[in-house]
Amino acid sequence: MIRADLLQRSRLEGLQGSKSADRVPAFVPSDNRLMTRSRRLNAVGRNVLRKEGIEKVTGTVRYIDDLSFPAMLHARTIRSTIPAGEIVGIRLNFDTDGFTIVDHRDVPGRNVVALIEDDQPSLAARAVRHVAEPILLLAHPDRDVLRSADVEIEYRQTSPQYDAGTSPAIFKTIAIDKGDLEAGFRAADVIVDGDYRTGHQEQLYIETNGVIAVPDPDGADHGITVYGSMQCPYYVHRALKILLGLPDEKVRVVQTETGGGFGGKEEYPSMIAGHAALLAWKSGRPVKLVYDRVEDMLATTKRHPGVIRHRTGVTRDGRLTAMDIDVLLDGGAYATLSAVVLSRGVLHATGPYRCDHVRIRGRVTMTNTPPNGAFRGFGAPQTQFATEVHIDRIADRLGIDPVRIREMNALGPGDTTATGQRLGADTSALHVLREAVKRTGFKRRRRQLSRGLTPGSDPSRTRPLRGIGLSLIFHGSGFTGGGEVKLASRASLALTERGARILVASTEIGQGTRTMHAQIVAETLGIPYDAVEVNAADTGVVPDSGPTVASRTCMIVGRILQRCAEEMKARLGRMTPKQYLRAHGPLMITKEYERPAEMRWDDATYRGDAYGTYGWACDVVELEIDRDTWEVKPVMFTSVHEIGRPIHPMLARGQIEGGSAQGLGYALLEEVVMRDGRMANAQLTNYIIPTTLDTPPMDIVMLGIPYPHGPFGAKGVGEMPIDGPAPAVVNALRHAGIDLREIPATPERVMRAELSSLKSEVKCEV
Amino acid sequence: MRIVLSLNGRRTRLDVHPMKRLLDVLREECGLTGTKEGCGEGECGACTLLVDNRPVNSCLVPVAHVDGSRVMTIEGLRGRHPLQRAFVEHGGAQCGICTPGMIMAAVALGRKPGLDRVRAGLAGNLCRCTGYEAIYRSVMRAR
Repeated sequence: MIRADLLQRSRLEGLQGSKSADRVPAFVPSDNRLMTRSRRLNAVGRNVLRKEGIEKVTGTVRYIDDLSFPAMLHARTIRSTIPAGEIVGIRLNFDTDGFTIVDHRDVPGRNVVALIEDDQPSLAARAVRHVAEPILLLAHPDRDVLRSADVEIEYRQTSPQYDAGTSPAIFKTIAIDKGDLEAGFRAADVIVDGDYRTGHQEQLYIETNGVIAVPDPDGADHGITVYGSMQCPYYVHRALKILLGLPDEKVRVVQTETGGGFGGKEEYPSMIAGHAALLAWKSGRPVKLVYDRVEDMLATTKRHPGVIRHRTGVTRDGRLTAMDIDVLLDGGAYATLSAVVLSRGVLHATGPYRCDHVRIRGRVTMTNTPPNGAFRGFGAPQTQFATEVHIDRIADRLGIDPVRIREMNALGPGDTTATGQRLGADTSALHVLREAVKRTGFKRRRRQLSRGLTPGSDPSRTRPLRGIGLSLIFHGSGFTGGGEVKLASRASLALTERGARILVASTEIGQGTRTMHAQIVAETLGIPYDAVEVNAADTGVVPDSGPTVASRTCMIVGRILQRCAEEMKARLGRMTPKQYLRAHGPLMITKEYERPAEMRWDDATYRGDAYGTYGWACDVVELEIDRDTWEVKPVMFTSVHEIGRPIHPMLARGQIEGGSAQGLGYALLEEVVMRDGRMANAQLTNYIIPTTLDTPPMDIVMLGIPYPHGPFGAKGVGEMPIDGPAPAVVNALRHAGIDLREIPATPERVMRAELSSLKSEVKCEV
Repeated sequence: MRIVLSLNGRRTRLDVHPMKRLLDVLREECGLTGTKEGCGEGECGACTLLVDNRPVNSCLVPVAHVDGSRVMTIEGLRGRHPLQRAFVEHGGAQCGICTPGMIMAAVALGRKPGLDRVRAGLAGNLCRCTGYEAIYRSVMRAR
């Protein structure tokens, strides 16, 4: 059995952690090159070894399901089986001896999963709004006994709402206006309309959601500690305080090594942590609650499906004169983060294009399906999918090249966005576009393939159809609008004998938080990378650095750490850490987020600087369409990203490659089938994510134009890679002659699109 | 039921229910938590280990099946396998949850496999972080 205190120790020891494990893995890098490099000073920009890399490849790192506590109970969640209605009665058809049973009446504080609206109960009391809504919790020492417990729930059903478009329950609306839309349309030679649809997407981290709640042993005045897989320990901390009615210091939340998040562990851990805590509170024993894959897929949040309408005015030569955009997102049954997802969605709805006259209307509504929530990209993949497909349709209509229309309209330094933000010198839409076009020989390749597509070129229709398409994308780094000011994130740096220890609530979820933060601190202090340790994300110890979301962990939290390190360096003067500690005692420096002086944002009018800065990317996809099965196979993928200066180029590349693969899954494979408000394919057998054989070779280029307010010029990177692949794929399909306006582009959809275009051709001939 | 097997090179006796999943026996009875569960239905490969040198999904194997077999888990590589080193050096491990299974599947490919063989051989192991490119680099450059 693995004790939890070992966990903390191994986490703190970073690279040395493996020494504390029972079976000591001997790990020596193949040559000393990488290690030596990391001991040299310049840490930033180098591919130093990942802090917890050795534990990960030896299997010694502990995820939540690898941990166990004495006298621990296992837990199970009883969920609704109807999409809408009321609970009439609950019958327990088992011997309850030895069970801990919790329902809404056992909540000591407020029965909510506290987030933005506080509309979602931790446990349904009477009303049920979606399938898989938690109603009852069971815990028992024996998992087999637990599994066999039969609970029967009687409901009075009401008629469910599945259509987000007609739903009267609106979580949030946002309006953005720029210039004079009617004047923009008057200046247009051509007006192009289009509706675009995007589906749900499941984050599908390979480690499912899980937590262990441990009640503190001592008497009446006790508190609780929750360990778990999560992105945002302080979100969970706040939710637990409100659910249990406890003060700050009685709740402690510790992130365990987390096997992927992608937004799926942003808000949901507050729910599951609350459930384990309620059971632990009632039983007085540690309680483990780990979902299996089916439960995780049925119950937890997904990407919001979207319907986006464009009406665009354009001059004959391709200049955008007016953009009228309507964004509708399906929020599911509770508000979760929907308002913020919508915000990022509408703020990216014009794509990276200059237009003087813009109207954007966004709304997210309630439906009786499991709540949708955070997922990498956070609204931007939906809206930019629509824009990028629409831009290609406009180019088609005008008979101009898809590269040309983008070159004409791409945002550049000094241009303003839809909210009136004047863009800085690091605005690189044209750079990434030109680099991607040059690198792939896009225009030539497109002509070549087009010739193959002309009637008569393949009379037997035996060759697969081929097409090539591109997308141009931008993505704001950090929280939207005034979000970072409201968060007021803090980070701390403690002096140690060897160097420094980082204390932040930012979590390592695979992206390399610990490593990249340590590089920033090492570089600033002028000490070796290995001399910087990273504390566990434990609310008992670390300050609230805000959530690990929104491509903010490097640019925002990294910058705060850099400022801590600058002050530490000044305090040290010429002393070594050891000398300083001996002379002055412990040194801990804490800094808070500082808004760049020129940043302005007005939440009431939605005007101003929506983000500190933006990343820019251009994706090119070439694909093949099987004429018999209508399967679409990407055969080549190129992505050019401008993300400021990458702190750790290999990790940054990993973000781009991984996000691109996830984006290709969104484009082609990943379909959540909702039947009667329930996910009908909640398992990996039929919810398909890309395997090695579905993922094309990737050519990744990183351009770096430093952002003055990011640490060493860095901007955000995590989310942007998922925005571009889907529109590039659908634009490549259009190039191959298939007019599709929704994703995922499954064989069924591609076939239907092809058949309906054939039908319309036949009609024309008649 | 009494089961005798070679576990990571050590002769091991177990007294367990024969239908218990090999994955659970390793994690819960043997303290070998390096083998992970991702889906429980043989789709994701996170629980991949070697039985008589062949990769299997241990979530689908009743422990009775490995009576008399040689079972090798990530712990059995003792941190000395070149693939382990390569996965750290080339970014093949991000969140790390698929990594033990991925490495065991790669071990089964033998020395210096070509890219096509790597892609085919790892097709049963899902990774949601890397897009597989860094995994290919790790496997191809391991030495």
